[in-house]
Amino acid sequence: MAQFKLPANSRVTDGKTYGNVSGAKRAKTFRIYRWDPDTGENPRIDTYVIDLDKCGPMVLDAILYIKNEIDPTLTFRRSCREGICGSCAMNIDGTNTLACTKATTAVNGEVKIYPLPHMPVLKDLVPDLTHFYAQYASIKPWLQSQTPAPPDKERLQSVEDREKLDGLYECILCACCSTSCPSYWWNGDRYLGPAALLQAYRWLADSRDEATGERLDHLEDPFRLYRCHTIMNCAKTCPKGLNPAKAIAEIKKMMVSRTL
Amino acid sequence: MAGNPLSPHLQIYRPQLTSGLSILHRITGVALAVGTLMLLYWLVAAAQGSDAYAGAQRCLGSLPMQLLLVGWTFAFYYHLCNGVRHLLWDTGWGFDLATAYKTGYAVIGGSVTLTVLTWICVVAQGGAA
Repeated sequence: MAQFKLPANSRVTDGKTYGNVSGAKRAKTFRIYRWDPDTGENPRIDTYVIDLDKCGPMVLDAILYIKNEIDPTLTFRRSCREGICGSCAMNIDGTNTLACTKATTAVNGEVKIYPLPHMPVLKDLVPDLTHFYAQYASIKPWLQSQTPAPPDKERLQSVEDREKLDGLYECILCACCSTSCPSYWWNGDRYLGPAALLQAYRWLADSRDEATGERLDHLEDPFRLYRCHTIMNCAKTCPKGLNPAKAIAEIKKMMVSRTL
Repeated sequence: MAGNPLSPHLQIYRPQLTSGLSILHRITGVALAVGTLMLLYWLVAAAQGSDAYAGAQRCLGSLPMQLLLVGWTFAFYYHLCNGVRHLLWDTGWGFDLATAYKTGYAVIGGSVTLTVLTWICVVAQGGAA
């Protein structure tokens, strides 16, 4: 059942303010969600004012600057800094995206940063993705085939069959889409969410995969697939420009066409 | 995870055109279900005879009810137009963001236009009552 209000222990309070940037030509204010598992206090919003001339152009550069120069306790995930690992996914200026590919100047006014929405928080901007990954594993994201592989070469695909995977294989599992989806917020325990479903379709659409029937059987469920109501927050927020809503519609079409 | 907070969601997520139209589809659906009761009241009154019908007409002709009827008219047209949008989605068409935004604006424009046209007809014929 949808619970629209945050639980008592999750309500956000006002925190501290850091940063003296008098004389800075390009001062920018960052308001960042903080939660420390060691204090038992409610989450708070800390405010950091920094000079953009002293750090790189992206939001990730700014929060690394804050961590290095102002407040080393600020905690977040990051790795590749070029939009391919998906680690730095967070809610910036109201939508989910990768901090490393979001330009600070693309945000008007204060830069508000929260962890990915409606997730258990481990610390600051680090959400617990255990359930998200378990859902991904549940769709069996690997090639399933009864036919033995050719002894002397790989399983080949025509160019046309390979093109069917464009817009699907690029997913980096950053969880921006699933955590933008209100349906996933309210029913994430049983609804697989846009990311896992896009991946489910990636294997359904693969000409080399021979488990289409079993894959569809697994998804034929009131919750796993059919909680998608085409809200389209997923496609709007995907930092890789993919369209999970479209992939989910294609799965629904496969469900219908296999009964005809 | 018992002690861990839940990260903010509805409170902080920026509303999108697509998500707004989606929740409006559900809200208008609920409104139409309630409106069916109003329609039922009107039909029952008509079946009960001229006195009851005249009472129902007086009730429905009052200003608050007329405003509600405008709302129901919009709910009807919006749910209809957006329902067609959903049918197109069911065929796999209209998912790229540019198209989804165009059809979204078309649904708003279409349902507002149809509502206005309907009420111009109503007023031109001397009001609903």
